[in-house]
Amino acid sequence: MSDTLIFSMEVFLNGLMAGVLYALVALGFVLIYKASGIFNYAQGVMALFAALTLVGIMDGQVPFSHLINAALGTDIHHFGWHVPAFIGIILSMGVMVILAWIVQKVIFRHLVGQEPIILFMATIGLAYFMEGLGDIMWGSDIKKLDVGLPQGINIAIDEVTYGIFGYGFFIDNLDIVATVIAALLVGVLVIFSQYTKQGRAMRAVADDHQAALSVGINLNFIWVMVWSVAGFVALVAGIMWGTKSGVQFSLSLIALKALPVLMLGGFTSIPGAIVGGLIIGVGEKLFEFLVGPMIGGATENWFAYVLALIFLVFRPQGLFGEKIIERV
Amino acid sequence: MLDQTEGYVTADGRKIGGVVMDMRNITLRFGGVEAIKNISFDIREGEIRAIIGPNGAGKSSMLNVISGFYVPQEGEVWFHGAKRPQMKPYQVAQQGIARTFQNIALFEGMTVLDNVMTGRLNNMKTNLLQQAFWRGAAEREEVENREICEKVIDFLEIQHIRKTPVSRLPYGLKKRVELARALASEPKLLLLDEPMAGMNVEEKEDMSRFILSVNDEFGTTIALIEHDMGVVMDLSDRVVVMDYGKKIGDGTPDEVRNNQDVIDAYLGVSHD
Repeated sequence: MSDTLIFSMEVFLNGLMAGVLYALVALGFVLIYKASGIFNYAQGVMALFAALTLVGIMDGQVPFSHLINAALGTDIHHFGWHVPAFIGIILSMGVMVILAWIVQKVIFRHLVGQEPIILFMATIGLAYFMEGLGDIMWGSDIKKLDVGLPQGINIAIDEVTYGIFGYGFFIDNLDIVATVIAALLVGVLVIFSQYTKQGRAMRAVADDHQAALSVGINLNFIWVMVWSVAGFVALVAGIMWGTKSGVQFSLSLIALKALPVLMLGGFTSIPGAIVGGLIIGVGEKLFEFLVGPMIGGATENWFAYVLALIFLVFRPQGLFGEKIIERV
Repeated sequence: MLDQTEGYVTADGRKIGGVVMDMRNITLRFGGVEAIKNISFDIREGEIRAIIGPNGAGKSSMLNVISGFYVPQEGEVWFHGAKRPQMKPYQVAQQGIARTFQNIALFEGMTVLDNVMTGRLNNMKTNLLQQAFWRGAAEREEVENREICEKVIDFLEIQHIRKTPVSRLPYGLKKRVELARALASEPKLLLLDEPMAGMNVEEKEDMSRFILSVNDEFGTTIALIEHDMGVVMDLSDRVVVMDYGKKIGDGTPDEVRNNQDVIDAYLGVSHD
């Protein structure tokens, strides 16, 4: 077997793993978009904010410590305790639920029935606000996040592939864990939306607001719930990215990578978000490996966007999106 | 004239009970336009009450006031002997007032069965944790509610499309599914906004038959808006006639038919 083919297989697998993370962020977009028609530009920042909060809670950081110190002349930074990862995650989730409630109460409750572009602008404002809030609460330095997920090369895969190809594949344990968790998350979301009362109400709201009201569904409650679920997805994505490359503010930029994912998969499809994420992940890695050297490299920066552009021209509803039929 | 306190017996021998819904001096404005001008009427238990009138008379607005989608500037809504505070539409629905819409509001992406099941959301009491572990109470509840839905589906003769996504159904069947969803909640008051609009004769006959048998079988109190005069006169026990936001007639179909104001305003020319 040629070397190129073997390397391509390794790149392909790594691409799949990277794609899972794109898919996780895209999933958060799809959830909110389906239920409320809001394209939530702040989804990436939510992942950042969730990760910052988790690190802050686990390290026992005092929130707003800079602000408090500046105002009161004190010098406090840490409570001096360390919170176990599991409890930290639960507390962070609590923060995301409160955030969801505030977002609904303060912003979107007052924008019901507005043009999509206005809702979109509001989420841009929300994104910058949350980035600033994260900075003031927890500080802007790059933080290390360790919730106990395994990291480093997977020895078993390395040995098996060495036995077969004479070349050991490098697959990061963290990527494998991320894939498993993402699969579980999607499974839980599907079960939730298909088989629970709240899930049924959520699908109803996603489908028709007026009809949902007429059968007695409290729209505000459902929207808080959806933002909370999206917050949870953001937390999971934040943990994965944060563990991989540290919790830093560039994390919010992954939101931009989720855009081409959504254009591929369709804005309204959960399976679309997953498949779209995988295609972009694999596509950009393979393209960089196979074609990159011929055209000077650095193709990962633009490949996803060009692919999205091609999709916009030939299949604007994405792979799985609802077909746009205009009645005349 | 009708007895205003005790109820009455209809021509076909059904007993009509006390007042369920009492609209008192309702006035609704949109900016400078008065859509409803100081209208009062009541709906009694077990009756089929029609609201008729030409286009733009304010019929749908009235239905929207009853179901909480519009909030009137003046007037009081009394439901089951108590003055209703200002409520959101979902709270009105939780009180037991179900409705259908003029331009069908169904969950297009869901199957017929799922649509009908949404009608029962308010009758389901188990919380998310119970449901997550899917034991005992939650399961029993799902089964009970499912049975009620299946009964309604049988009743409205839509068994054959139970698993079909609503978006694929023809108009007439969609209207029937919407009625099924409203019925599934076992409403105390059922509001139908032009249940027969856009239907052919055969579909209209089917729908009339269903409305009558819903009223007969479940004793459901029904208030409906309809354009088709023939249908209204056949179906309803009492009729409110509106024109330009005002009430111009109220009574049995015969009384309304012979009311000169109604003939002038609504029918335009008298016909024999």
